[in-house]
Amino acid sequence: MIARLALMLLLSLAAMAAGPARAETFLIANARIATMGRAGTIERGSILVRDGRIAAVGADVAAPDARRIDAGGRIVTPGLIASGTGLGLIEVRSVDAANDRATRLPGISAAFDAGYGLNPDSLLVPVARLSGITRAIATPTYAEGTGAERLFAGQAAAVTLGGQPMLMRRGVAMVLALGEDGAERAGGARGAALTSLRAILADVRDFARRRAAYDRGETRDYLLSRADLEALVPVVERRMKLLVSVNRASDIRDALAFAREERVGIILEGVAEGWRVAAEIAAAGVPVLLTPVDNLPASFEALGATLDNARLLQRAGVLVGFQGNGNHRERELRYNAGNAVAAGLAWEQGLAAVTINPARIFGLDDRVGSIEPGKEADLVIWNGDPLDTLGRPSAIFIRGEAQPMRSRQTELRDRYLPAVLPSPSQGAEP
Amino acid sequence: MRHTVLLPLIAALAACAGAPPPAAPSAPAALRAGLDPVVEAYPSTYRAAPAERVAIVGATILTGTGAEIADGTLLVADGRIEAVGAGLAVPEGYGRIDARGRWVTPGIIDAHSHLGVWSQPDNVEAQNDVNELTEPNTAQVWAEHSLWPQDPGFDLAREAGVTTLMILPGSGNLFGGRTVTVRNVPAMSVQAMRFPGAPYGLKVACGENPMRTYGGRGRSPASRMGNVAGYRRAWIEAADYARRWDAWRRTGTGDPPRRDLQLDTLAGVLEGEILVHNHCYRADEMAVMLDVAREFGFRISTFHHASEAYKIAPLLVRADVCAATWTNWWGYKMEVFDAIEENAAIVDRAGGCAIIHSDDAVLVQRLNQEAAAALSAGRRAGLTISEGEAIRWITANPARALGISGETGTIEPGKRADLVLWNASPFSIYALADRVWIDGALVHDRSRPEPRHSDFLLGQPGQEPAR
Repeated sequence: MIARLALMLLLSLAAMAAGPARAETFLIANARIATMGRAGTIERGSILVRDGRIAAVGADVAAPDARRIDAGGRIVTPGLIASGTGLGLIEVRSVDAANDRATRLPGISAAFDAGYGLNPDSLLVPVARLSGITRAIATPTYAEGTGAERLFAGQAAAVTLGGQPMLMRRGVAMVLALGEDGAERAGGARGAALTSLRAILADVRDFARRRAAYDRGETRDYLLSRADLEALVPVVERRMKLLVSVNRASDIRDALAFAREERVGIILEGVAEGWRVAAEIAAAGVPVLLTPVDNLPASFEALGATLDNARLLQRAGVLVGFQGNGNHRERELRYNAGNAVAAGLAWEQGLAAVTINPARIFGLDDRVGSIEPGKEADLVIWNGDPLDTLGRPSAIFIRGEAQPMRSRQTELRDRYLPAVLPSPSQGAEP
Repeated sequence: MRHTVLLPLIAALAACAGAPPPAAPSAPAALRAGLDPVVEAYPSTYRAAPAERVAIVGATILTGTGAEIADGTLLVADGRIEAVGAGLAVPEGYGRIDARGRWVTPGIIDAHSHLGVWSQPDNVEAQNDVNELTEPNTAQVWAEHSLWPQDPGFDLAREAGVTTLMILPGSGNLFGGRTVTVRNVPAMSVQAMRFPGAPYGLKVACGENPMRTYGGRGRSPASRMGNVAGYRRAWIEAADYARRWDAWRRTGTGDPPRRDLQLDTLAGVLEGEILVHNHCYRADEMAVMLDVAREFGFRISTFHHASEAYKIAPLLVRADVCAATWTNWWGYKMEVFDAIEENAAIVDRAGGCAIIHSDDAVLVQRLNQEAAAALSAGRRAGLTISEGEAIRWITANPARALGISGETGTIEPGKRADLVLWNASPFSIYALADRVWIDGALVHDRSRPEPRHSDFLLGQPGQEPAR
């Protein structure tokens, strides 16, 4: 009964959030809080939210003036972060006009910035959000049919899945494919990809020192356009990491060596055979993004793919973030984490891999990823286990604002459900 | 029921296997099968592995009939379910498995798979045999003639509890070809995997895929109306072909009509011997396909993908057509824009035959999770569905769609002992298949992992066990 009342409260809260709600001061009480911060999991505690930020969290938070939301003992987590997605850039994958994730424009590769052209009204946003995802790393991809002119896909942007502006932070990583894709792009060979990358970075360093000379036409010819060279300056200055997709063990080693020799920061993505070189990745202090359910020998670079990958990398001391199943299927992000737990990863590590770890990987942990004072109040109250299909969010807050518990899909459902559910009194929960 | 149609057919054919149709048939009834004489030419050589007598005791058993038996006992003998119930005594001579705290379900059946016809490593063009994109009607091709039993995907699916799959041609053509239903056993040939007695299916595709494939080449079909004209033209030919064969059988005079592989398959559908498996997303297109079926007098077994089945659930129930779908997939093209998580649950509650399928070598390994997500969504929508009912979406209902429900898909006495013992409720994301049996033979034991069957993996880097 109490749970039912709490739910009603949450429903009304959700209804209030139909428009751009103002952030208010409120207390989420009687919650099991997976803070993903130093406080660990607080078995029964409260979270005070003020001005869209977390003001206090703990077993004993006094806030007599705050509106109180009783979580009914439910679990509260930070909002989840979807890494490496087209959220905000794509509507229907097969419809070019509704897909802004890739470009064919010559001279705009590294310079292509996913932080432009974001669409906060995308129907994909509420669908992902209803699975507890509150932030995303929108990454560019390669347009079909492009090749050597396009070694870099462009720059990733951190985005917020509720409220304005959608852009959270621009240029959180530079996207680069190595391995099979990179080799293909470099004319067919891995060695060519690595060689041309080194040549490009030498160009960028030269350009960074001699911009004026370049503009006077007094430098040697560079391989890339001025815009691309400029975009890569933060990479050689170690202000932006390369997000390198790579799978084969030997390719991972090559990427680590490349980063070491070129003195650039990298994040590894994919890493199907990461478990085979886990100690080396850990020793290099390089974080990884992976999809834990990818266990197929789907290519000659992923022959060692296994469900044990996440567990073995984590055990070796690698900072691991998880990816969802892409764009429309980002809601499966938490299921992917659940599957990693089924394969032996600790539950807290599974949750960390979709919250605080991606925040750390992309340098956003000053703002999101955990429930700690000062952070932006991205909070999800769950009916059940956040990593299980049978669990569902019952309330979602982004920067302290309650989010609508609707999507176009729930509206379609509610339009057609009466035909099979004659008794509307049974009612749909959010 | 449809399944039984084929058994007398096989018996009848045994007499004339390998011989051309005789000029003066003495037994017209036997020759009816002349439309599909190849059933005996490519026979199943599947033999169940030796199986011991087993008693699984103390499990929560989801039988696939809708029932859930707490603290149940399951007896398996001679590869078949012997008895199931609560508190059954275990007779002498049965290996006893203590399954307290664990769950048992029928073996998972994937009604839509391309394992073996689009094999791993699947980014290698040579591994892709799934679409014969040379003509919009390739009813003459058979998926089994592409099937590579060494696809590592079969091993991974088996470890996840998948005991039976229907392998289909792709959806680039209006008529993609014949499907094949296989037992998920390690084998060297497709014949050794073929589910004995399982009817063939015909893959038919609606919508964007065929019109994009051929419209892009400046030929028909280039639109949905072109698709439908293409089906109807083919069925007219097939009906004519079947009529000529019938007439020849009736009169028994003159030369028999010349056999046509494409029309053999289509006529097999008209005869009710081959089941139609129709890739079709949108509600309006499914409704049109039901009219096409009515026009030519055949039945559609199952709409596959069927992401808008929820919009026409009562129509599908009346037409007795299954809807095989996903829970989480949507938006990758226009015709799947309106897919919702509750699709299967709504079809189920409308009284329909709901199926969760994979169409994917990753998803086939967690059909139980995809069903759980549909169950979860259905409950969120206020629908009352038990786990015992929802398990049918990946067991009994696909068995029905594939025409093998007399043999597998539920845990009932007499059925094949295709079973999964789970370490938790199969609707938990954390559930793993502890043991998997096919025809009572243990084909996977998680506590004793064996090298995978696929020769492709042998000697490859990364195949040493991950510890």
